[in-house]
Amino acid sequence: MNEVRPMIDVRGARKAYGPLEVLKGIDFSVARGQIIAVIGPSGSGKSTLLRSINHLETLDSGEVWLDGVLVNQRLPGRAFERHINQVRQQMGMVFQHFNLFPHLSVCDNIAIAPAKLKGVDKVSARKLALTMLEKVGLADKIDAFPARLSGGQKQRVAIARALAMQPKVMLFDEATSALDPELVDEVNLVMKQLASEHMTMVIVTHEMRFAAEVADRVLFMADGTVIEEGTPDELFTQPKQERTRTFLRKFLSA
Amino acid sequence: MQGLDFTVVFAYWPLLAQGLGWTVVLSTTSAIFSVLAGIGFALLVLYGSALVRYPIRLFMWLFMGTPLLLQLFLIYFGLSQIGIDIPALGAGIIALSLHFAVYNADIFQAGILSVDRGQTEAARSLGFGRHRTLAYIIVPQAVRNTLPAVGSMMIALLKESAIVSMIGIAEIVHSAQLAISETYRPFEFYLTAAVLYYILNLILEAGLRRIEGKVELSR
Repeated sequence: MNEVRPMIDVRGARKAYGPLEVLKGIDFSVARGQIIAVIGPSGSGKSTLLRSINHLETLDSGEVWLDGVLVNQRLPGRAFERHINQVRQQMGMVFQHFNLFPHLSVCDNIAIAPAKLKGVDKVSARKLALTMLEKVGLADKIDAFPARLSGGQKQRVAIARALAMQPKVMLFDEATSALDPELVDEVNLVMKQLASEHMTMVIVTHEMRFAAEVADRVLFMADGTVIEEGTPDELFTQPKQERTRTFLRKFLSA
Repeated sequence: MQGLDFTVVFAYWPLLAQGLGWTVVLSTTSAIFSVLAGIGFALLVLYGSALVRYPIRLFMWLFMGTPLLLQLFLIYFGLSQIGIDIPALGAGIIALSLHFAVYNADIFQAGILSVDRGQTEAARSLGFGRHRTLAYIIVPQAVRNTLPAVGSMMIALLKESAIVSMIGIAEIVHSAQLAISETYRPFEFYLTAAVLYYILNLILEAGLRRIEGKVELSR
């Protein structure tokens, strides 16, 4: 096999809440530096899929691999806790509702994980926070508290917070869905910049235009399965499946 | 009938000042312990194993259902009967701390549960384990959110600390009683004691407001 090992590899992912099957056996992989957009109607399971990559959701069956390491391996309680904390440090996650820590300054929001988990000293942690803030264009907010920031600024800080752990991949769970329309662009811009730096990304989104612009491949999900997968061009301009066509038509007319 | 004569208070000021000092020591120590134990109880009730959770809930229920005075007597006189001799000051601090820890625990429990689930998810996604997530992210927010409620508890604690005069600790009320027994001037000394509590309360309230003001910045 001369294929390069994928950065993220999901095999046969299944998950049900009681009788409701949210993921019905999903396979997909993301190569190093690749950007995948996951689209689909609400309740299609796309967020659950994303959250199962860093084990915020536990799969009923199937495997998740990160850079050759099995994420959801069966280990006894404490050993698994150690393992999963280690794995999660290598994956940045950005949430729809930002989830910044309101009791910490912007600086500490970004610095707390490197400081507490990697033992980075105070001075270096602040320097790291500043570097990350410069990346997202918010260096002047370093001593502000999250409550004083706009939604777009909060999300950029959240991205900086995730980047500060120097993750191998970034997971975006509808990162712009909770934002006022005029604030979406500033967040998208940061994500595009990450893309240009060849960060491996999985982006769950409702924004077709952004998905088309930034993604290498697009996954269309519905009812817990991947209906269709392809390049943005293939999927958006010549979708093969009827289900995809209906979804896109509804979306464009909306 | 006797007229009021507050000059007599000045003669007994050293005694009253000592009482004031003991009230401050007793209340401050008990306040700190009651907050720390309150957080501890809350965490154990919420996240402890059943073996820990249920005994603590029972203990909390028992403590809420009995008067502070009775708890004080049980700890001071009751335990001494079975050979556990605790000095009066220690017994006073234990009784006050536990009595208010139980109420604080109730408040902190609600505070911890009210922290958004997204906070835990964000911390876990960064690689924080369960305990560190609680320590760095959840508990600090819970404490902040419950400051006003815990603050009122601390004001109550300050006032209720007078009960330890019953086991002979020379705090404000006890000192006033001593002075009264020598001068037969209850009105002057009890009024002075009341003023001392008002002053302590004003200081405590100012302190709480300052802390709340600082926390407000981060909202």
